[in-house]
Amino acid sequence: MSDTIVVLPDQRTARIPKTNYLTKENGLLSWLLTGDHKRIAILYLISITCFFFVGGALAGLIRLELLTPQSDLMATDTYNKVFTMHGVVMIFLFLVPSVPATLGNFFIPMMIGAKDLALPKVNLLSWYLYMVGGILVLYTMVSGGVDTGWTFTTPLSTHYVNTNVLSTGLAVFVAGFSSIFTGLNFIVTIHKMRAPGMTWFRMPLFVWAHYAASILMVLGTPVLAIAIVLVALERTIGIGVFDPTKGGDPLLFQHLFWFYSHPAVYIMILPGMGVISETISTFSRKRVFGYTAVAFSSVAIAVFGFFVWAHHMFIMGISNYSVLIFSLLTMLVAVPSAIKIFNWTFTLYKGSITFETPMLYTFGFMGLFTIGGLTGVFLGTSGTDIHLTETYFIVAHFHFVMVGGMLMAFLAGIHFWWPKMTGRMYPEKISQLAAVVTFIGFNLTFFPQFILGTLGMPRRYASYPPEFQILNVFSTAGATILGVGYLLPVLYLTWSLKYGAIAGNNPWQATGLEWQTQSPPLTENFVELPIMDHEAYDYDWLERQKEKEVASVG
Amino acid sequence: MSHISPTIWQFLVKWMTNFALYPPEASKIAPQMDALYFFMVLVSLIGLTIVILLVTSFSLLYNKKRHPVAVQIEGSTLLEATWTIIPLGLFLVMFVWGALIYFRVFTPPANAMNIYVVGKQWMWKVEHPGGQHEINALHIPTGQPIQLTLISQDVFHSFSIPAFRVKREAIPGRYTTVWFEATTPGTYHLFCTQYCGTEHSHMTGDIVVLTPEDFKKWLASSTSGASLAQNGERLFASLSCAACHNTRPDARGPSLASVYGSKLPLSSGGTVLADDAYLREAILNPSQHITQGYAPIMPTYQGQVSEEGVIALVEYIKNLDSDYRVQQTTNTTELLPESEGKAPAGQKPAVPKGAGQGMVKQ
Amino acid sequence: MSDSPAIAHGAADSAVHEHPPYQRHHFATMAQQNDATNFAMWLFLLTEIMFFGGLFTAYLIYRNWYYPAFVAGSHQLSIPLGGLNTLLLITSSFTMAMGVWCAETRRKSGLVLCLTLTFILGLGFLGIKTIEYSEKIEKHHVPGFHYSLQSFLDPASDPAAKAAGDKPMALDMARHTEVYFSLYFAMTGMHALHMIIGIGILGFMIFRARAGAYTTGHVTFVENFGLYWHFVDIIWIFLFPLLYLISRHQ
Repeated sequence: MSDTIVVLPDQRTARIPKTNYLTKENGLLSWLLTGDHKRIAILYLISITCFFFVGGALAGLIRLELLTPQSDLMATDTYNKVFTMHGVVMIFLFLVPSVPATLGNFFIPMMIGAKDLALPKVNLLSWYLYMVGGILVLYTMVSGGVDTGWTFTTPLSTHYVNTNVLSTGLAVFVAGFSSIFTGLNFIVTIHKMRAPGMTWFRMPLFVWAHYAASILMVLGTPVLAIAIVLVALERTIGIGVFDPTKGGDPLLFQHLFWFYSHPAVYIMILPGMGVISETISTFSRKRVFGYTAVAFSSVAIAVFGFFVWAHHMFIMGISNYSVLIFSLLTMLVAVPSAIKIFNWTFTLYKGSITFETPMLYTFGFMGLFTIGGLTGVFLGTSGTDIHLTETYFIVAHFHFVMVGGMLMAFLAGIHFWWPKMTGRMYPEKISQLAAVVTFIGFNLTFFPQFILGTLGMPRRYASYPPEFQILNVFSTAGATILGVGYLLPVLYLTWSLKYGAIAGNNPWQATGLEWQTQSPPLTENFVELPIMDHEAYDYDWLERQKEKEVASVG
Repeated sequence: MSHISPTIWQFLVKWMTNFALYPPEASKIAPQMDALYFFMVLVSLIGLTIVILLVTSFSLLYNKKRHPVAVQIEGSTLLEATWTIIPLGLFLVMFVWGALIYFRVFTPPANAMNIYVVGKQWMWKVEHPGGQHEINALHIPTGQPIQLTLISQDVFHSFSIPAFRVKREAIPGRYTTVWFEATTPGTYHLFCTQYCGTEHSHMTGDIVVLTPEDFKKWLASSTSGASLAQNGERLFASLSCAACHNTRPDARGPSLASVYGSKLPLSSGGTVLADDAYLREAILNPSQHITQGYAPIMPTYQGQVSEEGVIALVEYIKNLDSDYRVQQTTNTTELLPESEGKAPAGQKPAVPKGAGQGMVKQ
Repeated sequence: MSDSPAIAHGAADSAVHEHPPYQRHHFATMAQQNDATNFAMWLFLLTEIMFFGGLFTAYLIYRNWYYPAFVAGSHQLSIPLGGLNTLLLITSSFTMAMGVWCAETRRKSGLVLCLTLTFILGLGFLGIKTIEYSEKIEKHHVPGFHYSLQSFLDPASDPAAKAAGDKPMALDMARHTEVYFSLYFAMTGMHALHMIIGIGILGFMIFRARAGAYTTGHVTFVENFGLYWHFVDIIWIFLFPLLYLISRHQ
């Protein structure tokens, strides 16, 4: 019995289908003016990868600076600009659009049996908005940077810095609208474009997770937009809404900002959770354990996620009783994540598990996200939050969830759907190596930061007391390994575009509708609109399909 | 070993000998918070171990070689209820435990000694009630609850003492408070943990915890000659506050003696507790806080008095319930509960250097 | 609202029907297309509500804190001008609704007339808003630009304040009128921005409608624009009482 589920067509006779979404039209304009959700997903994939490496380079600079206790590699104001740009690039230009705009864009219509997203032009518009935001961020970097931190805390951002707050604010505003339009498009598509027979509870969990994340995007992002508009007005003409000297309240800005930015972390993580549901089911050949619970836990996270924002302000002088309420709600929002982790674990039970690269990344996600989630409880508990907040504990927690969780899920998804997107397999051995390297590098980078945080090392410090150095050295060493782990996929995935094995329609023997068409798919996804007559993750149905095919060919 | 760089080797040795998982416990609250912290670490480790064990054992038992055909399972309400309720229960325990500690950290005891802290880019200015000023340092005695009243004169800052496990943001435009009681003498880190601009990482200092005797010596040696309340009195006089706030029967403003801590009836209806925050507001935004029976004639002092000046005024008004003149001649160490109130011989109040101290230069 | 109308009209029979030219290739039926675009518009308006929601929250908080300043501030606004603007906007909503009706019943000249009327009424609103803004600029009531407290410290010198019978305010409260005007300009400014965008789209629609668009049976665009226009109208219906009317007689 082989230890892989990969079934590839005979490489001597197999060909990439002549007509597919990549070859239908040629020329740069056919890409820049496309309405095809798959082409837009590819545009997004290329652009967010670029910005990921911009943000990654900045992270490298941060780690290099922190190698020694003094601020010797760069001056403190340079360091401040570097970590601000790292935050802005990674959050608004990578994490928020990462899975939804690439994998979600590509696969939501295919999974629910639609020819495209409901609003293809709006979809293209949101890519252009994203690029405008991205270019504004690059402009900010070139023209001197910004040093407010990605949180734009007033009155620092309105009155006390003289860097490019406006262009950064505009970038976030524009990129925010890109995110709103993506979310809106997904919601409309999921409501109105499902194929015959595709009921809500037959949808893959990937779609459920994106539905929940889209609700957060649509309702949360406008509040960030208005907060940024007010900051810009305060900075330019000096209105006094957040200015304490004029009677305004800077805490109001905190409320408005976190009303978006807390749900934003669920915007970032929920789509990643969707990816994990798909991979873990495919590689253990089993229906996801407790489908309904996993689907509803996504929605529960979206709903509760809106009512926990003030846990970022426990020591900012909000009343003790509101701390009580927000701490309690934070505990409640932690439960659905725990449910998901255990449901995924029990999906493995009595499965038939194989360990291809996407599955390795999935295991990495589960371990790291568990740590990230549990340390979140340390911060949601009001008492310990006093000591741990604003230290490296926050940094470590956030990176465990976002890099250990989201980025692992993103890589799992990219590897999982690579054959469908390009028609070719990635090289298995080296990609397994990359997954392991990433996991090791990640832990070495970020685990020491939990201890640093507990010891009290504040975040956003260019220099620090010498007793923290050794743990910082570990962290920087880990970051080097992590960097290798992230560079490898770029190299071998590019290589595989030309030299990878021909994948065929369904190399993983997965059940999703997206796998039942050719790879790469046709522009309209399906030859004829599919009719969904079975549950999601129904592997028996897949077997019957295969038998039918054999019978008809034989 | 020769191929290992000596620098790295030194690092490792240094680290192995000084390895710490948590900072020193130097306050009363620190062991309590650490107990909760380690409880959570324990729960997290157990949770993580369960997940890792399950994933590993399922991977071993049900990999494709051993278990070629998967058995389809819908789910299990019982199991799912288990892993909903048990984490929820544990999280609720942490919530209650954490909330108890939170309330303890932010509810100062009545006998706490109040020290004012003003944050500005990029330094901490500390004002002791005895008039001692400190920059980027805070000297405190052991065994005495200390309440800090914090305010920022520009952007958000955060006053963090890891060894005490306490931290509080200093916010422009309003007072925040935190209290602690140090237990072990020593010097500990003070950090600003809220990002506040270019020199954020240099906005650090030392918390010096002294034994009560040493603290008394320190107070005596670093006195500036006038207590904080005395500075406030001078400011009170130079701003002509006494023109209205006096005890004459035709006074236009209420007398301020014993006003601190009392419940004041407001002309807009309702009462308000006259605490530090209220006194500050009443100086800067008087028309919103008119005491019943008085006309809204008090001018605002916003822009005329600095945050330190407001602090001195507040401290002066706070002390108006006691016989202030007596206090003026005694040494400031009297503020310590165990002090005998004996003034060192020859200590005289310094000549006022200028009544404008604490006022904004215009 | 019915989910996934494609269930009812499967792929099989859509292949049989001739598609109208304005049906996008990825929709199975025209009903599905209309349904989807309408739903998208409603969702977009929901995001707009959240956008203005931030401003309304700020208004509620500061009004509670600085009530006298908000009263005095509202005395500086002209109810006749604000009322006239309300009237203009409500009328424009009516003409817009008539425009949608004309498009549905395929009346080209009626549609062009209605859209033009809406266009003119919208411009009228902005014109009156400009008059109001310039009054504020003259009196130095624009926050941040040499903001003047004179109308509040010495109401006798200001006709509007005098007419309302304002008493001189204490300096600290008078300063908080700046917060009122900050919110006034932020809220009406954001509203005016939405009006300008709407008027721009209206101009484009008039141009297209004269060429015969929207009266061929495909009215989604007009319908959705109508929703947007009504939404902007409704925002004003909230802004007018909040900024001009309530707490005026205190």
